[in-house]
Amino acid sequence: MAKKTYYTIEHEWIEVEQDIGTVGITDYAQKQLGDVVFVELPSVGKKVIQGKDMAVVESVKAASEVYAPVTGEVTAINQDLSKQPDQVNKDPTGKGWFVKLRLSNPTELSKLMDLAAYQKFIKGLS
Amino acid sequence: MSSLHPELQRTALYQLHMELGAKMVPFAGYLMPVQYPAGIIAEHHHTRNKASLFDVSHMGQIKISGKPVVQLARLLEKIVPSDISALQVGRQRYSVFTNGQGGIEDDLIVANLGDNLYLVVNAANKHADYEMLQKKLGVDCQVTMLQNMSLLALQGPIAADILQRLGADLRHLPFMGCQHVELASIPCFVARSGYTGEDGFEISVANKSALTLAKLLLNFEHIKPAGLGARDTLRLEAGLCLHGQDITSLTTPVQAGLEWVISKNRRQAQGFQGSSVILEQLTKGTLDKLVGLRLSGRLPARQGSPVLDQQGQIIGTVTSGTFSPTLEQPIALGYINQAFSKPDQEVIVQVRDQKITAIVTKLPFVSHRYYRI
Repeated sequence: MAKKTYYTIEHEWIEVEQDIGTVGITDYAQKQLGDVVFVELPSVGKKVIQGKDMAVVESVKAASEVYAPVTGEVTAINQDLSKQPDQVNKDPTGKGWFVKLRLSNPTELSKLMDLAAYQKFIKGLS
Repeated sequence: MSSLHPELQRTALYQLHMELGAKMVPFAGYLMPVQYPAGIIAEHHHTRNKASLFDVSHMGQIKISGKPVVQLARLLEKIVPSDISALQVGRQRYSVFTNGQGGIEDDLIVANLGDNLYLVVNAANKHADYEMLQKKLGVDCQVTMLQNMSLLALQGPIAADILQRLGADLRHLPFMGCQHVELASIPCFVARSGYTGEDGFEISVANKSALTLAKLLLNFEHIKPAGLGARDTLRLEAGLCLHGQDITSLTTPVQAGLEWVISKNRRQAQGFQGSSVILEQLTKGTLDKLVGLRLSGRLPARQGSPVLDQQGQIIGTVTSGTFSPTLEQPIALGYINQAFSKPDQEVIVQVRDQKITAIVTKLPFVSHRYYRI
C-alpha cells in the first residue's frame, strides 16, 4: 500500500502507511511560528485523540499547541528534536517530524485534506 | 494582511517593512514588524555582532515647552520621582510616572534639549500619558505629542561608525547623551540609548524623511532590519523591564529594582506621587522583588508561569520569559518572595506540568556594552 499524506486545518500533516502515521507541522506553520527552540512531545504509548492536544512547540515568541490529526497511540517520537528543535524550521516535513502514531480509526482520515485542498486552504488565509 | 486591520495605524516605514518581507502584527494600535525573513534569532545575533535598524515610531514622543527649562523640570518633578532639575542640556535620563500608591503608570526617557524637555514613552500608554501630562502640567506649559516625527533605533557595536559615515561625529557623545545632528543632510535628534544593552542610537526624524534615512542606513552592508521579536529577546537579556509585564501600575520602583530612579534629594524632599509608599518600602523593604531567572533545559517559561520553592509552595510569578539566543537557554524576569531573591538561589518554575530548576541571576543576563567616556 502506498504512502499518502493528509493535512489538518491546524497545519499538521500526517503521512500514513498502513496503520502507522508520521506526524509533523507544515511549512506554513513553521513560518508562522518562527524560530523553534523547544518541542514538547508526548511519551511513547500515550493515547491521543483527533483534534486534541498532542505536543507543544515553543518558538522564541510563544508556545503553540499541536493537535493530533487522528486518534491513536504514540509508537515513536523524534528524539533528535530535543537537541535540534530547529529541524522543525529547516525541514518540517522531513527531519522535523514529531511522532509516529498507530491509527485507531483510519476512517478519521476522511475528515482531513489532501495536498491540493490544503494548498487552497492556506492560500485563502494570506 | 493589512486589510484585516483597518483600524491599526501604520508608521512612515510601513511600505518598507512590507518590501523587506516583514511579518506584521498588531501592537499597541499599530501594525508593526515582529520579524523579517531572517528570523528573530538571526536578527538578535546580528544586533549583538554588527547593528540592526528598528522602527520604533509607534512610541510616544512628547515635547514639554513654553517656559524656561528649569521651570519645566520643576513641573515634571510633580509626576516623576527623579531629579529633572539637575539634568544637564544634552543629557537624558530614565524615569517613571508613579501613581498615588507608588505603582508605575509608565516608564519613560526625559531629555533636556536646552529650551524644552523631550520625553519618549511607551506606545501602549502614550495617549494616557499625554492626557495625564496635559491635565497636570497643561495649565502651566505646552505639552505636544510629536506626531510628525518617526523614531528609528540603530543598535549594535558598529552603530556609531555608521552614523559617522553619514556625517555625524558622535565620539564625544556618551551613553544617555543627546543632540541635534544632520545625517546625510537630514536634520535628526539623536540620543545614545536604546533597549538592547548595546551601544546604539535612537533617532528622531521627521516622518517625511524617515524612509530616506532608513534606506540610507539599510544600504550599509552590515546594517539589517530587526523587528519587535528581537527587540524583546535583546531587552530581556539586558535585564530591561517592559511596562505592562515586568512593571505595572500595581508594582513599585522598589519592587522592580528601579529605586535608583528616585533621586536622593527627591527622597529627602518627598512629596512626589506615591512617595509615602515608596519611601516606606525603601527603608523596610518589600515582600517581593523582581529578579532574573536562568532555567535549565530548553523549555522557556512565559508570563504567568508560577515560581515554586523546593516544597512546591508558590513564591512568585514570571512576568516575561524567552529563550536567550546569546546564552542558548531560557531566561525570565519575575517577582519572587524577598527571601528567595538573592543571586544563586535555586527555585522551581512550573511550565504546564513540567517543573524546571531555575537559578536566581543578577541582572543583566548579558553584559551591557554602553558607550561611556
